[in-house]
Amino acid sequence: MDRALRLQFHDLMVKTRALELRMIAMVRSGDGYFWIGGPGEEAVNVALGLQVRKGEGIDYDYLLLHYRNTGMLMAMGIPLIDPIRLMRSTATDPFTRGRSFSGHYAYKPFNILPVTSPIGTQFGVAPGLALAQKRAGSKGVTIVIGGDAGAAEPDFASGLIWATRPGRELPILFLITDNSLGISTRKDQVWAMEHISDRAKPFGIPTRVIDGNDPEASHAALGEALETVRRTGRPYMIDAKVSRLYGHSSSSGTNLEPGEDPIARYEKKLVDEGIATPGELKAVHERYHAEALAALEQVRLEPFPAPHTLYDHTFVPSPVDLVYGERYFNPNRGD
Amino acid sequence: MATMAQAIRLALHHAEREMGVRDIFGQDVGPPLGGVFGVTQGLETAWNTPLDERGIIGTAMGLAMAGQKPICEIQFVDYIFNSIDLMKLAGNSAWNSAGQFPMQMVLMSPTGSGIHGSIYHSHSFEAWAARLNGWKVVMPSDPITAYGLMLAAVEDPNPVLYLIPKALMRVEGKELLPEEPDKKTLKAMIDAPLGDRGEWKPRWPAIPRFITPIGQAHVVRGGEHVSIVSFGRMLWVCLKAAETLQQEGISAEVIDLRSIIPYDWKTISKSILKTGRVMFVNEDTDIVNYGEHLLRRTIDAHFYDLKARPRVLGGEPVPGIGLAETLEDASVPQSGTVVQAARDMMEENT
Repeated sequence: MDRALRLQFHDLMVKTRALELRMIAMVRSGDGYFWIGGPGEEAVNVALGLQVRKGEGIDYDYLLLHYRNTGMLMAMGIPLIDPIRLMRSTATDPFTRGRSFSGHYAYKPFNILPVTSPIGTQFGVAPGLALAQKRAGSKGVTIVIGGDAGAAEPDFASGLIWATRPGRELPILFLITDNSLGISTRKDQVWAMEHISDRAKPFGIPTRVIDGNDPEASHAALGEALETVRRTGRPYMIDAKVSRLYGHSSSSGTNLEPGEDPIARYEKKLVDEGIATPGELKAVHERYHAEALAALEQVRLEPFPAPHTLYDHTFVPSPVDLVYGERYFNPNRGD
Repeated sequence: MATMAQAIRLALHHAEREMGVRDIFGQDVGPPLGGVFGVTQGLETAWNTPLDERGIIGTAMGLAMAGQKPICEIQFVDYIFNSIDLMKLAGNSAWNSAGQFPMQMVLMSPTGSGIHGSIYHSHSFEAWAARLNGWKVVMPSDPITAYGLMLAAVEDPNPVLYLIPKALMRVEGKELLPEEPDKKTLKAMIDAPLGDRGEWKPRWPAIPRFITPIGQAHVVRGGEHVSIVSFGRMLWVCLKAAETLQQEGISAEVIDLRSIIPYDWKTISKSILKTGRVMFVNEDTDIVNYGEHLLRRTIDAHFYDLKARPRVLGGEPVPGIGLAETLEDASVPQSGTVVQAARDMMEENT
């Protein structure tokens, strides 16, 4: 594999980790209310983010993300400071303008649809996006990501059924990020099968189980899957085994938990194979930790949303609505 | 005169021909059935889905976010409850994304009692729907309004829940649709035959654009003594009551709200100022009822203008609509209930 690409994997993984750790620290310092994210999932995130056909509209990939996909955004080129704005709920947050949690991105220029806290719901939304793409002859595919826990929601079954109606198959890449935990409930307390992707097999969906902590293997498998979906217009499922290193969210303490660290593992490989020295890799960490801290210091100077913006975007202005046509208001507060 | 089912079908065809609609879908919505009430017979873009309400609404949301203008159907509104969280997501998409992802979609569903539909084919949903902020909610009571409101719902760039009073599906209107052919001709042109429909194709009449704006009520009957605000099937119950009251010398003004969210407060308010007495009538269960919000607003705005205590007449707060006619009638307001409430209000002195 190309050396520059391998170093890019490392760079983006470390950038993501530094950002996540800074956001965890923001909860402790009172700079944010709630953190949820993806330390431990950087490898598969970066591998996918680098291969997304990114852009706005039907000709590009639609992304129905998990809230553990900050690494994808970093790989797609979104500035490191923007997730910090989301985390601090500032008016400058380009995703929700201070309305939603960390990790809950919405970004139209890259077709990132609003991330829902009940992640599983997105499996049922994917067919609509993919149907529009297929009908338009688009080269874009719909990428929907959920965990092993969220796959127990009924919408996962909906996604499988609607993606494979005979003669009406849809270009959807299902990515299962399996960390074997649903908050505190273990996967082996829920699932009778080892791999969630086994559920897709009766539908005729090609599946592949991958080591999601290996950026190179993830990159290769995801690249092949994306190419297959684009070429065939049919669904594909990748089942990536990943780590969850800092718990479910800030509600569970955000302490380092046991598990394989994909960054430490990859750094060992890069050093062993002579791609980089320990000093060079350490410098990457230092650079991004400094950048994340500087970003927070800037964001602390930025305003919170003004209260009067509360009603903004409740409804889109409508030419056929005589009441809320131009603006929305609370009818309980006067006439 | 067209029936409500025919009027909606014509509007849907206008939407697929003239307004960019490419998907009208739901369980049994496509051929051969064309909907359990025949609403979608012969439509060019109608298709059948799995028996999966969450999949239907989820797919509509995906289509909407891809810039399509989907129209989906939940076969009976009683079946919508397993998808209420998806409706919440559809309603908050624009708000949550600070305007980046509006959700232009229409969700239509038959609602209410009156066909002996028992527990799973009779319930109402407007009180639940009214709390789903980000949605607009409309309900026609006659064919021409059904036509105009459907075109408004399709044109509105927000999610619109279009509730159809199922007991009125086959009821003809009193007002012609624009350029409507005579009854027999219309039926021959657009109603699918019984039996084999394999070769059948509709012949569509001219279907001009006709919009009933969202948020515009209609004063169906003018009056001086009491204002009765209703919608859907209950509107006809109220009109019948108004006839009875007229014979007793009580002049009732009957308002068809047509649009539940948002609603036409100006028309309600003007009527209250005229009569000093108001009741809000619908068939949804009365704990907790959408009419209670209108009553609260009445108290806020017109407490000192009222000549009698305002009322909400709703359905009985029981878990279902009974199948026996006696039980169904006892579950939802009847014209006699409305008449008695009006009499009581006339006897009050405040």
